[in-house]
Amino acid sequence: MEPQPVVVKGLRKSFGEQQVLNGIDLAVNKGEILAILGKSGTGKSVFLRLLIGLEQADAGSISIRGVDTTHLPMERLNEMRMKVGFLFQEGALYDSLTIAENVAFPLRRHTKLNDSERADKVRALLLSVGLDKDLEKMPSDISGGMRKRVGLARALALDPEILLFDEPTAGLDPITAAEIGKLIQKLRQERNVTSIVVTHDMHAAHYFSDRIVMLKDGNILIAGTFEDLEKSKDPFVAEFLSDAA
Amino acid sequence: MATSLSAPAPQTRPVTEDFATAGFEWFGELGAFCGRVAKAMFSFPFEWSEFVHQLDAAGSKSLPLIALAGAATGVVLSLQSRASLVRFGAKSMLPTMLVFSIIKEMGPIITGLVASGRIGAGIGAELGSMKVTEQIDAMEASAVNPYKFLAATRILACIVVLPLLTLAADACGILMGWVANTLSEPISFQLFINNGMNGVAFSDFLPPTLKTAVFGLIIGTVSCFQGMRTRGGTAGVGRSATSSVVLSSLFIILADVLLVRLILVFFP
Repeated sequence: MEPQPVVVKGLRKSFGEQQVLNGIDLAVNKGEILAILGKSGTGKSVFLRLLIGLEQADAGSISIRGVDTTHLPMERLNEMRMKVGFLFQEGALYDSLTIAENVAFPLRRHTKLNDSERADKVRALLLSVGLDKDLEKMPSDISGGMRKRVGLARALALDPEILLFDEPTAGLDPITAAEIGKLIQKLRQERNVTSIVVTHDMHAAHYFSDRIVMLKDGNILIAGTFEDLEKSKDPFVAEFLSDAA
Repeated sequence: MATSLSAPAPQTRPVTEDFATAGFEWFGELGAFCGRVAKAMFSFPFEWSEFVHQLDAAGSKSLPLIALAGAATGVVLSLQSRASLVRFGAKSMLPTMLVFSIIKEMGPIITGLVASGRIGAGIGAELGSMKVTEQIDAMEASAVNPYKFLAATRILACIVVLPLLTLAADACGILMGWVANTLSEPISFQLFINNGMNGVAFSDFLPPTLKTAVFGLIIGTVSCFQGMRTRGGTAGVGRSATSSVVLSSLFIILADVLLVRLILVFFP
């Protein structure tokens, strides 16, 4: 049987005296879109960074496609990273490279495509996120929404099986935010990728996710569908839902 | 019951202790950073295209400033020394004094200090900006080792270009020293060079020039380290750029003292 794409057990992380994650247990199914919600500073982004190995966990285990990644050597960790795409909050585009070069960056390093094949792949990736012009522009010359699309195209370059999104709709107008949400769903339909989306936007999470996990004080407060959250009597959940209404 | 109204004296650590702790932490982190870079530097494949790009950024783009600094040094040395040498009746020694001063010390140290400002600030600010905008994290997340792609290429480029820039500074310094001298007392360039190079051995020229490779190592390592540990947004980027220059300059001056002593031991 194929292992679940992401399985997290007893995950703990602290920075100095501050306990950020206090024993998280979570499993994500193949093709699922999971939204992680919580107030700012509750460790949502840290959770994503732990999954991709940008931070070291204090305790617990992270299993990606059946392999425990918490103590992997760098070579094996990089092999895992090639199967996981990460969209950073502000896109994190390399500002010395053009849009096309940004998307080509992982292809140039991890594939044997020639220049022509790579250019075709870059065009196809950018087209898949709704960008078909201005490919030679610099990241500083495009809008925040476009930067996130380019970041998404770059994250998709190595055909990942898992996608991690850090606040994909933050700072965007409602129309662009909805377009990003549609893109996340389209990726599941076309590529059957598993997505974990960190957001504080309940409205967006309701729109594109299958399941919602809410973090509070480093623990999972509630996990379930939007309807499950609506049934909850917890005042914190009710407050989040009222904000989304 | 008698009670004391005064609050208990807070237990504060002496400032010197905090400073020492911070210093040990900094050197410890620098050691770990050097270990990662050294490991990345000798692992396959080498990032040739980025290395060539950094050679251009650190080398050819620094050349005009270094050449100007070398030229100014030559002019000033010529003007300042002339009066003193005339006073002691040693005017004919001016070309030799100028050439020796420039190739043995002034050229290398001026190049090191100017390069620490031009290259060090650039690397510190660039990597600092990449750090705070998560570009270095994005690189790591896409399975590219930033210690190899960003740090190793820049450090190696600095090591290679500093001796070359020193040659340019030496040449400009000697040329402009001759120009300044000729304006006071015309002398052919060939005669000036013949007099200047009289008695200059290979060992007078090569070790001081090659010691700037160590200056390059210092500039590259310190600037990459400061840049890649940047925290605190744009203010942090500014701090990284400044500290890259200040620390590089400081270590270059200290290294120069040690290297000059070492050169004198091996080439007395």
